Amino acid sequence: MTPVATHTSAPTLVKGSRAARSTITLKILMAASGIVFIGFVLVHMYGNLKAFAGHDAFNEYAHHLRTFGEPILPYEGLLWIVRVGLIAALVVHVASAYALARRASTARTQKYAVKKNRSSSLSSRTMRWGGVTILVFLVWHLLNFTIGKINPSGGATNDPYNLMVDTFDLWWMTIIYLVAMLALGLHLHHGTWSALQTLGLTGTAAARTRAKTAGWVLAVVIAGGFSLVPLFVLLGVISK
Amino acid sequence: MKLTLNIWRQADAAATGEMRTYALDGVSEDMSFLEMLDVLNEQLNAKGEEPIAFDSDCREGICGTCGLMINGQAHGPEVTTTCQLHMRSFKDGDEITIEPWRADAFPVVKDLVVDRGAFDRIIQQGGFISANTGSAPEANSVPVPRDKALRSFNMATCIGCGACVAACPNGSASLFMGAKITHLGELPQGQPERDQRVVNMVGQHDHEGFGGCTNIGECAAACPKEIPLDVISQLNKDLRTALKHGH
Amino acid sequence: MAMTDASGTVALNQPSVQTSDDAAGYYTPGEPIVDAKAPTGPIATRWTNRKFENRLVNPANRRKLTVIIVGTGLAGGSAAATLGEAGYNVKSFCYQDSPRRAHSIAAQGGINAAKNYKEDGDSVHRLFYDTVKGGDYRSRESNVYRLAEVSANIIDQCVAQGVPFAREYGGLLDNRSFGGVQVSRTFYARGQTGQQLLIGAYQALERQVAAGTVTTYTRHEMLDLVMVDGKARGIIARDMVTGAVETHTADVVVLASGGYGNVFYLSTNAMGCNVTAAWRAHRKGAYMANPSYTQIHPTCIPVSGEHQSKLTLMSESLRNDGRIWVPKNKEDCDKDPRDIPEEDRDYYLERIYPSFGNLVPRDIASRQAKNMCDEGRGVGPMVGDFRRGVYLDFADAIARLGKAGIEEKYDNLLDMYERITGENPYEVPMRIYPAVHYVMGGLWVDYDLQSNIPGLFVTGEANFSDHGANRLGASALMQGLADGYFVLPNTIRDYLADGPFETVTEDHPEVVAAHQAVQARIERFLSIDGERSADSFHKELGHLMWEYCGMERTAEGLRKAIDGIRELKREFWSNLKVLGTADSLNQSLEKAGRVADFLELGELMCIDALNRRESCGGHFRAESQTEDGEALRIDEEFAYVAAWEFGTAVENDPNEPQSSMGTPVLHKEDLIYTAIEMKQRSYK
Repeated sequence: MTPVATHTSAPTLVKGSRAARSTITLKILMAASGIVFIGFVLVHMYGNLKAFAGHDAFNEYAHHLRTFGEPILPYEGLLWIVRVGLIAALVVHVASAYALARRASTARTQKYAVKKNRSSSLSSRTMRWGGVTILVFLVWHLLNFTIGKINPSGGATNDPYNLMVDTFDLWWMTIIYLVAMLALGLHLHHGTWSALQTLGLTGTAAARTRAKTAGWVLAVVIAGGFSLVPLFVLLGVISK
Repeated sequence: MKLTLNIWRQADAAATGEMRTYALDGVSEDMSFLEMLDVLNEQLNAKGEEPIAFDSDCREGICGTCGLMINGQAHGPEVTTTCQLHMRSFKDGDEITIEPWRADAFPVVKDLVVDRGAFDRIIQQGGFISANTGSAPEANSVPVPRDKALRSFNMATCIGCGACVAACPNGSASLFMGAKITHLGELPQGQPERDQRVVNMVGQHDHEGFGGCTNIGECAAACPKEIPLDVISQLNKDLRTALKHGH
Repeated sequence: MAMTDASGTVALNQPSVQTSDDAAGYYTPGEPIVDAKAPTGPIATRWTNRKFENRLVNPANRRKLTVIIVGTGLAGGSAAATLGEAGYNVKSFCYQDSPRRAHSIAAQGGINAAKNYKEDGDSVHRLFYDTVKGGDYRSRESNVYRLAEVSANIIDQCVAQGVPFAREYGGLLDNRSFGGVQVSRTFYARGQTGQQLLIGAYQALERQVAAGTVTTYTRHEMLDLVMVDGKARGIIARDMVTGAVETHTADVVVLASGGYGNVFYLSTNAMGCNVTAAWRAHRKGAYMANPSYTQIHPTCIPVSGEHQSKLTLMSESLRNDGRIWVPKNKEDCDKDPRDIPEEDRDYYLERIYPSFGNLVPRDIASRQAKNMCDEGRGVGPMVGDFRRGVYLDFADAIARLGKAGIEEKYDNLLDMYERITGENPYEVPMRIYPAVHYVMGGLWVDYDLQSNIPGLFVTGEANFSDHGANRLGASALMQGLADGYFVLPNTIRDYLADGPFETVTEDHPEVVAAHQAVQARIERFLSIDGERSADSFHKELGHLMWEYCGMERTAEGLRKAIDGIRELKREFWSNLKVLGTADSLNQSLEKAGRVADFLELGELMCIDALNRRESCGGHFRAESQTEDGEALRIDEEFAYVAAWEFGTAVENDPNEPQSSMGTPVLHKEDLIYTAIEMKQRSYK
């Protein structure tokens, strides 16, 4: 048996507590950055669905993202603004998650021999691992389509539409993406409700039901919407 | 009925604990769970083994003293306190694992007894309305809308047993704090100290080493008084308001 | 001839003269108590005058004065908070792991206050009158009047603290009628009034902890009173976690340690409720008053078997709609009650008391339930030789109000019943049986709540002062908070005005002696090394007490009980088995100390009951009843408070050095009424 944890912090009263330094503020930061991501993935998914409109429409959309706001903004100007915002949100989201996870792990160093879950959803219990999964996927996803433009089939990389079709023509790449979307769906299912709860917007039973429904809807719409394109590429509906 | 009990034994806070197995026969289904442990303790005493220490006092589900992790569930399989759990919730031949509340902010004192002093210290930091004796205005001078009074009461039913912390995968005491914040925050008398209250209570909560809430909901499911999860929403909202007010 | 006091107030009764002497040989007559320090003059002015007469303590001096308060229930918690707010240095002790868990928390019904919000004729005087009458004219009128007087302030105070009392749609406070009185003066918070009031006091207390005026000592048990030069100057307490025996000194000691109903083993008290703090003070000279006055509550869930550790109360309000009955024929007792036809049921309360029916006072409802079971017409499982239970039937009420109507009114209670018994009360009649609930007796105090030991104050259920021989529903919470918030802070200052007293150091001979005695006693428990657990002795004591000193008492039975208790006490000190050590959490050791004191208290209770050859309030002596079997109070002999002084052992029995108990000395305090005339109760 492992030795039992002893009390680490002396039982004293803290003075001068600040709201900004509380765990709840960390949670609020997580919720706010999470909502930024929800907005982003919705727009992203909309763009992906352009694949159903064919090669030119999809590539036109990709190009338009870069010229959006010209000539007030430079080429790729808006894209970079969004990217910086997303990177900032990512840093905040991951850093807060890390801090809270660390707290949680030190809050119970002696584990239960038997522990049952009474009401929690699978999604709520997989937030941390799901988050890590999404983060790892994100790295690959950026290498695949943005930074490295790696074509796993070895084909050309200068044409976004073709790169996409080449990628999802490989069954195992589609599986990877589908697994990632499952993780995203789960993350959104709990994350949406959790963000609304953290922001204090679920003060009644009805509001709580609405927030949980919102979680379901976003999870299904976003994860489902993203999954359509890879699936239809694999099925040959979308092709070069 | 006949039971096999796996029970956490630990001599004191500094000692290393272990699970020990006991066989107990002749348990009637009308016994409460704690009466079943009383019977076991009488047998241990007769055999010369020190009885198992566990907390209980009122044994009618209101004082909040008792609290055991029974087969991985805080207060066992029913929505009630450990003292109000009866053996008819189990069947002959069952194996039951009994552990203390596990949280570093609730150190084990002995066997199944833990120190929940952290809750008192959280209350000390603002879980009150400052009203010195003698200073109170006539009771009916401030009407309280009935729905607010009702919500306040429902959240004031928290008995401070710690099941929420025990059940929470993060070891968070947010439900406990949320109940108090909502109880006092719904009342007109609770308004003047509202911002300071939440900031100081949360500050103490974090200092005690409780985890942060991830809105999983195990706490509300374990709560014997059925305090709903929306008190945590209220807690978060009050903290956010305090943040906005510059506290 | 009417007596008058110095102010010209006329006494309405003569001091009583006792002619019977059932307890001869069991006690020594002592000097009467002539001065309870009650003010004179018209009753409505007494408290105001006393508050003015009592000296003040300069705010700058208060922090130099240390007050020890034992117990954190309504009486102790509210006092600690209030004295802390006033600036005294308060040390608050409780055996529980948090002050919030004191047993006041379990009170369900409500708290009385003479607010007259319903404009139904209530007033301070009526609350006073009802309380004295309800107490069967065995309480001190000045105290009760004061209680009624401050009752309204309690509600103001609690509301300001955020106690969520029930409210009407307009947002104003709701009241209900409770415990058989005809006005609606009871404030309530669903069925958890005690909890809400206690949390209010607890929060006020914790606020003072943060402010630095109060220090709490949780999981600490007072094991002795420290007396120096005849004054209470501190306590010896055991830290229940480390086992350390600590000395805490102070300028004044307040006991707010609750009641001793657990002497009966089975009661509605919490497992930890005990008499030790009060009994240790009694052993040091504090008088114990009317110890036999016990309240037995009629609506508890019956005992289900030998393993039972406590009894659960269900609110008396159930009697408003439920009908109480037993089968007419013994043969029907083990039948399914639904199969017993109407003509074979005996609705005995409705039969015997046609005008009050099921709503007769607690003592009568309890006693009649016992009579039915003693006749062999009880229902439910056999426990020993009897079935101990009567039906409380909601069938008529369900037919009248519908299931939903009953649910709305009593849902929590009926759920609780089902959880404990496994029976659905909507389908099968509930079973109820009386259980010990509250003790009116306690340490003797004067009007200022000070015991006969200078510097030892006693508040709440631990004192004897306000309820006489029977407590009305919703009055315990009122008394606890009245004492703690409003009375004690105003009386203790007169004593403290002479302080700070000379510092008592830990090496003072009297402190050392008290400390050593506590340690020796603990070692004794651990070294007896016999065969039986403390719990088994407790159970046996409880059985004797319930059988002979419970709802109905006879001289013969009480003498038998005294013999039995003495025998049991001897065995306890020679055959006790306590495992574990003194230097850690040891629940068996704690229990042993409490049972040892219960054994001594039990004997004194029986002697007190034996001496009081009258029936009054919760105390029914079979030898004193009317022709039709009702309680017969004998004011000519017993209108007095029996204050018992601990009898120092004549010779030291080497076999029981820790338990030598001599013959107790009886001091009588006459009860003289000037504002109320004594009458016999009748509920026919």
